[in-house]
Amino acid sequence: MSRAQREVWGATMVELAASDPRIVVLDGDLATSTKADTFADAYPDRFFEIGIAEQNMVGMAFGLSTLGFRPWLSSFGVFFTHRALDSVRMLLAQTDAPVRIAASYTGLLNGSSGKTHQDIEDLAIMRAMPGMTVIAPADAAEARAAMIWAADHDGPVYLRLARDAVSDVFGDDHVFTPGAVLTLREGGDVTLVSTGVQTSRVLAAAELLAADGVEAKVVHVPSIKPLDGGALLETLRGDAPVITIEEHSVIGGLGGLVAELVTSSDLGMRVTRLGLADGWSESAPNDFLLDKYGLSPVRVAEQVRAKLSVLAPVRS
Amino acid sequence: MVSQTRVRPSTQELERLAREGRWHVINTVAKSKAGHIGGPLSAMDLLVSLYFDELDIDPGSPVKEDRDRFILSKGHCAIGLYSVLALRGYFPVEELATFDHGDSRLQGHPDMKLTPGIDASSGSLGQGLSAGAGMALGAKQLGRDFHTWVMLGDGEIEEGMVWEAVYSARRFGLDNLTAIIDLNGLQQYGWPAGSPGDRFDRSNPWAGVDLDAVFTGFGWNTIVIDGHDFDAIRAAYAEAKSNRGSGKPTVILANTTKGKGISFTEGTYIWHNGVATEEQLRLAAAELAQIDSIEGAA
Repeated sequence: MSRAQREVWGATMVELAASDPRIVVLDGDLATSTKADTFADAYPDRFFEIGIAEQNMVGMAFGLSTLGFRPWLSSFGVFFTHRALDSVRMLLAQTDAPVRIAASYTGLLNGSSGKTHQDIEDLAIMRAMPGMTVIAPADAAEARAAMIWAADHDGPVYLRLARDAVSDVFGDDHVFTPGAVLTLREGGDVTLVSTGVQTSRVLAAAELLAADGVEAKVVHVPSIKPLDGGALLETLRGDAPVITIEEHSVIGGLGGLVAELVTSSDLGMRVTRLGLADGWSESAPNDFLLDKYGLSPVRVAEQVRAKLSVLAPVRS
Repeated sequence: MVSQTRVRPSTQELERLAREGRWHVINTVAKSKAGHIGGPLSAMDLLVSLYFDELDIDPGSPVKEDRDRFILSKGHCAIGLYSVLALRGYFPVEELATFDHGDSRLQGHPDMKLTPGIDASSGSLGQGLSAGAGMALGAKQLGRDFHTWVMLGDGEIEEGMVWEAVYSARRFGLDNLTAIIDLNGLQQYGWPAGSPGDRFDRSNPWAGVDLDAVFTGFGWNTIVIDGHDFDAIRAAYAEAKSNRGSGKPTVILANTTKGKGISFTEGTYIWHNGVATEEQLRLAAAELAQIDSIEGAA
């Protein structure tokens, strides 16, 4: 059974609001896409349709937060991390405002909207921002768990959500722990590090590799910031080559984060960064995009095999 | 229920406070060797009127729950607000000397995390009206009676986000929100005379645009005043609050003079920011009837 993160977001908002009267939702005229309409139906007096004005939505959420409200914002990721970025930086991050950004339709797969709406730089942008918490959950269960944690967090949170369902990674009892690094699969031949919904596809890729006799360790990093860097480095220690894989640009996201950590450590290993090359994508069906841009399980397995065949022996 | 009767200051007292505030602006900036002059001076009479005559606030309890809110959206005019906050008793007047210094609570732009009396951080232009709209919406949601005031500059309202907030404030019926626009007519630089596209008067960024009609068209109440006439300011603030119940936010279009109150800073973009010489400070002190201050400081 797999559910889309946006579906579980709408349902969980209703669930959280039942016990927390501070919660309100602000929408940028995308409620039927982001599933904020689920909340609007349940709590019409706590749902504010701001219209197509994302900067103002962030500003009004800040104002509401100063009165004790805990606003959640609903729109596509790009409109927060690009259009409204200065408002997010000034009014949320610099003031520690307890506002939650539910960034929907992030990454490549956004219902064939193409490069205009594909947020492939959000992790790089948001993790560089002081005071911002950045979470990229793997599946619906982890999205819900992260929301439950975020509901009581005192500062701003950026929650990276995907439009479409992926195979479940976690059970419904999953608990989100900020900073935690999760080893989802053991293996000694290569260590694959992933984040967000790409982790689900990396787990599938690991099964394909196993069929070829390559045992991959799969490490999931849902908490881009804060992050227990020491714990992440410990999972990388050893002779296995490290490959990061993300539905995000190879610049500045998870791959950048791992490279920063490794180069500042005593590990001295290479880090191979897989993900979206520095360029724009296109509008196309999900399967086409995942295949063309190297994110499908088959393509991930292929790239890992290719890397393993050319990588020189690695010292730990 | 005890209702507190506030003693309202006389126009002469407001004028005296505004002179003192203007002196702190030019003197503090001179001592700090950096800062804005023209905007704080054009806004001073509006600010003094708010803080000494209008706002329901308590400097001894800066975050009192039902205080009126004020946001200086044109955050670069922070020294003007700091001067008024100090005179009102939020912090010692002597602390103004730390403006823009390291480790100071008085940053170059207002910081709600640091300075008592600041309801919202600002500095990137165009954001304050949205913040104020959120506060006004929250007040309605909670059934609270306080009023939210936002001051913007006439250059600032070139920012598109302002108009998102203008739209939303009317949609949400925020008649507990008032925008004060300091129409001093001069920006940092504006459009150099004779440059391509310079089809209008340099001394008015909104030449060719009827702002009164624009706000009216957005469904706001509009009030046009001389922003240096204390009686007109007092009446405008009262009218803005009397519009509560109309469902319409109010904008006060306050015509002001950039650099008001000091002969050499008035009406010129050159003093958007600047550091006065000793001689200029002495002249300013004389004009603002603060000659004792400069003698004492010397």
